[in-house]
Amino acid sequence: MDPLTTDVVEFDLATTDLRRVNAALHTPGGLGSRHVRITHPAGAHAVAAGLDAPLDVVVDGHVGYYAAGMNQQADVTIYGNAGVGVAENMMSGSVWVSGSASQSAGATAHGGLLVIEGDAAARCGISMKGVDIVVGCDVGHMSAFMAQAGTLVVRGDAGEALGDSIYEARLYVRGRVASLGADCVAKPMRAEHHEELARLLKAAGYENDDTASYTRYGSARGLYHFHVDNVGSY
Amino acid sequence: MCGIVGLHLRTPTLYPRLGELLTGMLCEMSERGADSAGVAVYGDPVWSPPGSATVSLLETGVTPAELADALEPRLSCDITVHEVGATQLVSAHCDVEVLRDAVAAALPHALVAGFGADLAVLKGVGHPRELAMAYGLPQAQGWQGVGHTRMATESAVTPAGCHPYAVGPDQCLVHNGSFANHATIRRELQRRGIAFDSENDTEVGARFVAQALADGYDIETALKHLCAEFDGFYTLVVSHRDSFAVVRDAIACKPAVIAETDDWVAIASEYRALVELPGIESAHLFEPAPERIYAWTR
Repeated sequence: MDPLTTDVVEFDLATTDLRRVNAALHTPGGLGSRHVRITHPAGAHAVAAGLDAPLDVVVDGHVGYYAAGMNQQADVTIYGNAGVGVAENMMSGSVWVSGSASQSAGATAHGGLLVIEGDAAARCGISMKGVDIVVGCDVGHMSAFMAQAGTLVVRGDAGEALGDSIYEARLYVRGRVASLGADCVAKPMRAEHHEELARLLKAAGYENDDTASYTRYGSARGLYHFHVDNVGSY
Repeated sequence: MCGIVGLHLRTPTLYPRLGELLTGMLCEMSERGADSAGVAVYGDPVWSPPGSATVSLLETGVTPAELADALEPRLSCDITVHEVGATQLVSAHCDVEVLRDAVAAALPHALVAGFGADLAVLKGVGHPRELAMAYGLPQAQGWQGVGHTRMATESAVTPAGCHPYAVGPDQCLVHNGSFANHATIRRELQRRGIAFDSENDTEVGARFVAQALADGYDIETALKHLCAEFDGFYTLVVSHRDSFAVVRDAIACKPAVIAETDDWVAIASEYRALVELPGIESAHLFEPAPERIYAWTR
């Protein structure tokens, strides 16, 4: 393998087939550099999906569905908006969206950091399993639905039914919550929560936020432990 | 799946480019549905000549000349017929209802795809790109257009099953999703004497909206009623000669992106359908919120 350089490897999606670009990213030894820039995505689906190497990928423009999906190790920065399911099932690394994201951002993700500077639409962090998600503005309805582990930080407002049927994920919301979903409740912010929130805000570039202005939400643990009184609801 | 696109032009200098822009949007959504495709174009001077009424017809079984001959004894005005793909566009200098009644009397089995003062509806079975080219869509002009690429899930792949559904004067509706209780609402509308052309769930939505508008409700109220009555998944674009509206169901799982500039408002199932619009780089982009009605007027 050639020694890695600090040169940026460029791919123009206006002239290069997306499958070829993703295939190149999936065999990073052939790139000669860990720095990649993708231009003219024009809303294409699955841009930089399935990466599994410590690459630094910059995407210049709006992307379609499942951008940076299943990411492992790579740091992917999208200068634009992202369609449905950005960073879905991410395992590690980071995905950063400078604009807004459509529904199901970070769905089922196990690890890594997802930052969305704008809004995230409905179902942000649905079934999240360990990812850290920081949203700069608002999240839509049914966010953190069945969230199992990880953290969701919302600097703005949250839509209806936040954290419905939540397991052990921790949600921090600064703004108004339209309504809480089944079994999701507000909880006190203890020292370890201020510490965790401060760490996440710093990682996302919002270190000036006052952690005391956030409310923590989580599971009342009334739904997922079997209780005979609830048998009619199952 | 299905793909929907809509473009409402605010700047008259863009009117000559309506067809070109709509073609690009429609073809980009081909992957969301390649069974069939249809468009509704408002204001094309050939397809719906100014000052005339126009009725869009499918499956007439006659040639354009035979169609004109069949209508001539029933109308005391000049009749023009344009064949555009599988659609025949009949225009005459008379009231829209007069023309529509004459067509219904002369050709009772023809499928009326749309009617109005400014509206042409073209639809058919096939790949969206091939259909758009067969229509000559890139050359079309006008101030507003709506398009649909269909992946059929609940009724047959036939011209009658294609969107748009243009069942009220100068109205048009396209739908991505599926209505769960359409059969119940269809029966209620049938009891009110409303006839249907297809088994398609979207036709029920279109006839429901048309009836609400005929009852005197404005489009926002009509769509609020639709949200209250219809179960299921939907992103809808509902257009009229002077307006353009978008609504999604409460779950909002069917995608939609709206882009707005001083020159135009556009909606598509996916952002990639909007990338060729002039000024998209600086457009205000957003996803419509669930059960909120967005409407723009001319």
